[in-house]
Amino acid sequence: MFSQEFMRNALLAGTFIALACGVSGWFVVLRGQVFAGDALSHVAFPGALAAAAAGVDERVGLFAATIAVGAGIGLLSQRSVAGGRATGGAAPADDTAIGAVFTFVLGLGVFFLTLFSTSSGGGSGIQAARTLFGSIFGLGGGEARLAAVIGLAAALATLAIARPLLFASVSADVAAARGVPTRLLGIGFVVLLGVIAAEATQAVGALLLLGLLAAPAAAAHRVAGNPYAGIALAGLLAVTAMWGGLALAYALPGLPPSTAIVTIAAGMYFASTIVA
Amino acid sequence: MLAEIANPHPTWNVAHDVSEVLEYHFMVNALLAGSVVAVMAGLLGWLMVLRRETFAGHTLSMMAFPGAAGAALIGVAATWGYFVFCIAGALAIGRLSAGERRSWSEQSATIGAVQALALGLGFLFVSLYGGVLGDLDNLLFGTFLGISDGQVLVLLGVAVAAVAVLVALGRPLLFASVDADVASARGVPVRSLGIVFLVLLGLAVAATSQITGVLLVFALLLMPAASAQAITARPGLSLALTVAIGLVVVWLGLGIAYFSVYPAGFFVTSISFAIYVAIQVGAWARSTTRRGLQAPEQPPAEGVIA
Repeated sequence: MFSQEFMRNALLAGTFIALACGVSGWFVVLRGQVFAGDALSHVAFPGALAAAAAGVDERVGLFAATIAVGAGIGLLSQRSVAGGRATGGAAPADDTAIGAVFTFVLGLGVFFLTLFSTSSGGGSGIQAARTLFGSIFGLGGGEARLAAVIGLAAALATLAIARPLLFASVSADVAAARGVPTRLLGIGFVVLLGVIAAEATQAVGALLLLGLLAAPAAAAHRVAGNPYAGIALAGLLAVTAMWGGLALAYALPGLPPSTAIVTIAAGMYFASTIVA
Repeated sequence: MLAEIANPHPTWNVAHDVSEVLEYHFMVNALLAGSVVAVMAGLLGWLMVLRRETFAGHTLSMMAFPGAAGAALIGVAATWGYFVFCIAGALAIGRLSAGERRSWSEQSATIGAVQALALGLGFLFVSLYGGVLGDLDNLLFGTFLGISDGQVLVLLGVAVAAVAVLVALGRPLLFASVDADVASARGVPVRSLGIVFLVLLGLAVAATSQITGVLLVFALLLMPAASAQAITARPGLSLALTVAIGLVVVWLGLGIAYFSVYPAGFFVTSISFAIYVAIQVGAWARSTTRRGLQAPEQPPAEGVIA
């Protein structure tokens, strides 16, 4: 398995993408921002299409779309930064706004899809499938290295703001009183999520990002009470799901890697609901 | 849409344009199906917005993807796949995520895991089927053109059934949605009603996604209801407004798409979003003006004992 270059590339990129997803995902689940993460991954698709329609590298579109929408979500977010537990059982009010915005962006996506398919004369279906479901086995050496670097940087960035972000997420008012820039942190975090979403889209695709972002982290939340143990566990579980999924997909040619990765991750979460 | 083949031109005579559009059977079917869906999705979406279950609604629409792909794989009509998977998804979410005292972060994590699993499964089905990549477009973004008479009838049947159940359960469901604890104390079966509602939502979503495609369901499910609720809090009026807005979105969107090369899904979504934004801006402007117009508090007169 390790002798094949495509597999080595997939493992390299996948490991650090999974690490970034697991670590940041722990905060996503804590802050109750799973839907925002979902929306960000969905808008990656029209971004890639717009770039392709303009004849630019699709990664430019991926990142531009997710960062722009991330900044928008962060700026418009009306609820307090302490999302998850503070609102009790109800979803935050801005879920409606998030849903409306990403639906509109997806509508733009179908517009660009038409533009792209008429200008390129076909191949758009395959392009769409790759962006939606990932193409981790199709990464070249340079692409894999770049993905690994971005993934690692994103994971480190999350760890760098972990302490103030944790404080701001659990107890926003006290944190603000203590001088933590809660609003800026909130916006910055969602923008960081956008970067991670754009990056992970290349591995597991726009539609399956939640599997890497939310599921391992949610499992870690159920199992580990201590925040730092939880963050580490989330990263570990995500990377394990990535490796397991890639190995399984290598062994069973009919099984797409993104399906395998996401199924393992979701399985981890459901197992954690029984065990913990 | 049609513009690719026959190159119709819109004229300034609206009556003429409308009658031209209605000459084509596929357009009539599209408008009929769209209208039925606008009503059903509008009513159920209104409750979805009220109950803050937008994420669940979105995940249910994602269920249609493995549904359609699975149906293609075993050689059954796609419609069955849509309905079976959306209802199964509703039951899964209802059983797994609902319940007293579960925090939003737990609920959303569960819904997210269910969604990812379902989509991964859908992709597996597509791969096993041997790449129905052409149909992937329709699945994701809708097929307003190819709606058969049979499909219209099925949609109508499902809509009538769903709305009937909704009307029957309307009062307790509204009570449970607005104040679950008090309703529960009064003996309303809040948990069961929640699951029933999710199943109804699944039905609405399965029906809607056959028209708008899986990704654009919110154009009819979320935005008209959110717009109406921003205008008024009175249930009867905002329900009526929701349906009205949905119908406008469908008719205007399909009508414009008829004369254009661009897909109907784009127009339906954009018009819905435009209405939503306009109303949100209006509501914000109205509340800002009201605050500005409020008279400042007068201090009590000297010597008056408060």
